[in-house]
Amino acid sequence: MAAVLVSTTVNGDAVEYSCAPRESLLDVLRNRLGLTGSKEGCGTGDCGACSVIVDGRLVCACLMLGAEMDGRTVETVEGLADGATLHPLQTKFLEHAALQCGVCTPGFLMASKALLARNANPTEEEIRFALAGNLCRCTGYDKIVRAVSAAAAELAHPAKSGTGKKTGGKKAAGGKATGKKKG
Amino acid sequence: MAFDTQYTNQEFKVVGKRVLRPDGIDKVTGRARYGADMNAPGQLVGRILRSPHAHAKIRAIDTSKAEKLKGVKAVVTAADLPDLTRGDMGMYDTLENCMARGRALYDGHAVAAVAAIDADIARKALKLIKVDYEILPHVTDVDEAMKPGAPIVQPRIRTVGVNPAPTKPSNISQVSEFGHGDLDAGFAEADVIVEKSYKTEQTHQGYIEPHACLASVGPDGQAELWVTTQGPYMQRNTCAALLGLEVAKLRVTASEIGGGFGGKTHVWMEPVALALSRKANRPVKLVLTREEVFRGTGPTCSTSMDIKIGARRDGTITAAQAVLRYQDGAFPNIWGMLGAMTAWACYDLKNVKATAYDVLVNRPKVAAYRAPSAPMAAFGVESTMDLVAAEIGMDPVELRIKNAAKEGTRASYGPTYGPIGIGPTLEAAKNHPHMKAPLGANQGRGMACGFWFNFGGQTCVDLNIGQDGTVNLAVGTVDVGGARASLSMIAAEELGIPYEKVKCIVADTASLGHNDTTEGSRGTFSSGMATVFAARDAVRVLRERAAKTWDIPVDRVEWRDGKAHAFGDEHGNLAPLSLEELAAKAARTGGPIAGHNEIVADGAGVSFATHICDIEVDPETGKSRILRYTVIQDAGKAIHPDYVEGQFQGAAAQGIGWALNEEYIYGADGRLQNPGFLDYRIAVCSDLPMLDTQILEIPNPNHPYGIRGVGETSIVPPLAAIANAMSNAAGVRMTHTPMSPPRVLKAIREAHGA
Repeated sequence: MAAVLVSTTVNGDAVEYSCAPRESLLDVLRNRLGLTGSKEGCGTGDCGACSVIVDGRLVCACLMLGAEMDGRTVETVEGLADGATLHPLQTKFLEHAALQCGVCTPGFLMASKALLARNANPTEEEIRFALAGNLCRCTGYDKIVRAVSAAAAELAHPAKSGTGKKTGGKKAAGGKATGKKKG
Repeated sequence: MAFDTQYTNQEFKVVGKRVLRPDGIDKVTGRARYGADMNAPGQLVGRILRSPHAHAKIRAIDTSKAEKLKGVKAVVTAADLPDLTRGDMGMYDTLENCMARGRALYDGHAVAAVAAIDADIARKALKLIKVDYEILPHVTDVDEAMKPGAPIVQPRIRTVGVNPAPTKPSNISQVSEFGHGDLDAGFAEADVIVEKSYKTEQTHQGYIEPHACLASVGPDGQAELWVTTQGPYMQRNTCAALLGLEVAKLRVTASEIGGGFGGKTHVWMEPVALALSRKANRPVKLVLTREEVFRGTGPTCSTSMDIKIGARRDGTITAAQAVLRYQDGAFPNIWGMLGAMTAWACYDLKNVKATAYDVLVNRPKVAAYRAPSAPMAAFGVESTMDLVAAEIGMDPVELRIKNAAKEGTRASYGPTYGPIGIGPTLEAAKNHPHMKAPLGANQGRGMACGFWFNFGGQTCVDLNIGQDGTVNLAVGTVDVGGARASLSMIAAEELGIPYEKVKCIVADTASLGHNDTTEGSRGTFSSGMATVFAARDAVRVLRERAAKTWDIPVDRVEWRDGKAHAFGDEHGNLAPLSLEELAAKAARTGGPIAGHNEIVADGAGVSFATHICDIEVDPETGKSRILRYTVIQDAGKAIHPDYVEGQFQGAAAQGIGWALNEEYIYGADGRLQNPGFLDYRIAVCSDLPMLDTQILEIPNPNHPYGIRGVGETSIVPPLAAIANAMSNAAGVRMTHTPMSPPRVLKAIREAHGA
């Protein structure tokens, strides 16, 4: 079958590509656009490692076709930071050690971004259910939930700590309660 | 070479802090490159054809149509991987597991592979390969495989470890026995004897990143392999041997690794990718699908076991016996033996025995999975401990404290323990607020202990000081969860410089000497030890350079706070020389400044954990929910507490998934029924509560910083901790994992005579 020509917006940039009709959005992002931040963990929509946001909606890139993207807006993990300024979710994931191997992290970040866009102040339970479509095998999710919660607080009151600008350096001592039950 | 590996208590400036990891930015921005994220000019797409049969003779493979398909550049079968193993049966098994040789031994066994210009053509080519199978009888259950008359998986196998040596083939590849004392006398002394049988189903490590590699072999025999692996040197040595390459000419680079948990300590499809590349004379990228990961790579064993404990009314265990049956998949291994070694390791027992049967079945070759073999044995032992406690009316924690191993205890598997943490973790559990928290209806609390050996092994690091005084640390253990941070901290600590001045990388196999695979929780232990010594080696050079600069004897120079200080009456007025100053002058004082270390990192300290779990069981559906979970584990010394906690939590979460949901389900046809994350259900975020942790630090006397490996132990207790909690919540003793809703509901109905 003939290739399909697609004009779309990816991370704010106008992008054109041609792809086979059966090619997934994930394959297009990874193989044609060089955006390998989105990962293929299963190819069947079960693991969420390829989570991206299309027209404001969280989707598994492995379950959409590249050909469907014409005229749409795609956001991937590569577009999350604003230049050298990390998104608060990225900062909090680092500060809370919410990643170990890191392969699920892009998906978690995008799923968390979609969550915070519709619910600025989620409870622990809301975070857990919103992220239930993203598998992590390293962390047991504890530190991920804490990071998302901290990012929500940061987004609500950015002036307090200003960590959104931080891209390195040491974490404040005692900045985190561990070994304690979250209330 | 003699190294001072003794622990020295010291005040740390960097170690123990919660610094940001150096690879963090790359991993939150999508820049980090994992196995599937690398490309090479002219690369082809590799794909593997796998057996749909559990056991079959391969009469013929016709690849001619696939070879003729336009865009196909190579098709390989076992004929392209000739046997170069020279009687090394372990290596032969690895070769045969990579690519079937005249027989398929399990559903998912690779039989052929193609390399084509794109994925579509590769997929079509696989369909054009015709394999003529003669289906043979199969066996997938461990108990069935041990019965006389069971289909024989490997006709060459004669059971090792029995007298007289058998002459007929058997699925029992090995019988192992550990223990001491007199079991009969011990059971005769007992007031109560509890005996129970258990089963655990097969689980997979479930790393989110499927196996992936990019292989490139040139016509001159020089080759490169980019691969997601825990063992780049293992990959190099194994692939070179199987392909007839010279070790030095195969450069292996470990990509960022998207989880391994033991599953990436073996070669799977990498030799096939290299064979495809050699035949096509182009780079080949080979990435497994999730289905292939489940069907064609190594999960852990399913098991069946009998546990018997005799005790006096005061709680003293007088005798303990375990009979363990572990299936190793289609190739012989020692997983049962490891189960037998770990089964009773938590306790100080006078009369103890563990017997293990390693058994072959028509399932994938079993691989290591985090504290391999220990969780199953602990499920049986720790469940039975609770039954004993109930029988004699003693608190389960007190029963364990009374029998806990301690310094000087002769372990059931042989050695005598040094300082260990089982007692302290139990005392911490006893005093933990979790133990006293109230419980509601249908809720119960359970606890259990776990043990893992840990491992040291061959290790090598290079530490090079740049002209501005910043430091490159090259290590050969793969960073599976924050090790570059920990090792940078250790280098900074030794050199007396800020953590940010150290850049740690995982070197490729051509840039650093051999390192054993990152397994056995050895990364921070062994590379940490080598980093301490490499840094001290560099400090020796720095002191020499300072002495030369000052023209004083080197024994008048000490290194402190990142600076050389002259001391003594005649030199005390010399201004200290900093690392930066010495580095800047290196060209004039003797050249590059570096420290190296090559070591067999002996003395990995054994590790213990105690877990507490609260669970609620719905009596109408059998569905359970973990309400609260606490992990208490001895880390020896926590270099980076965040990542130590992360290991505890991740291991516990895997154990919880194993206990409640995960299992390989085989049909009567011997095919795996659930090779995907939808039907093989690992724990998701909404399944779990916060996983509380308590780090204990009982220093390992054999490590300069007291480090013990921390990665594995906490996958051991959850199975029994959950079974014990469930027993208290629902009044049913579950003896078969996973304790999934249908099994629990059945047990509840049986218990209530419904």
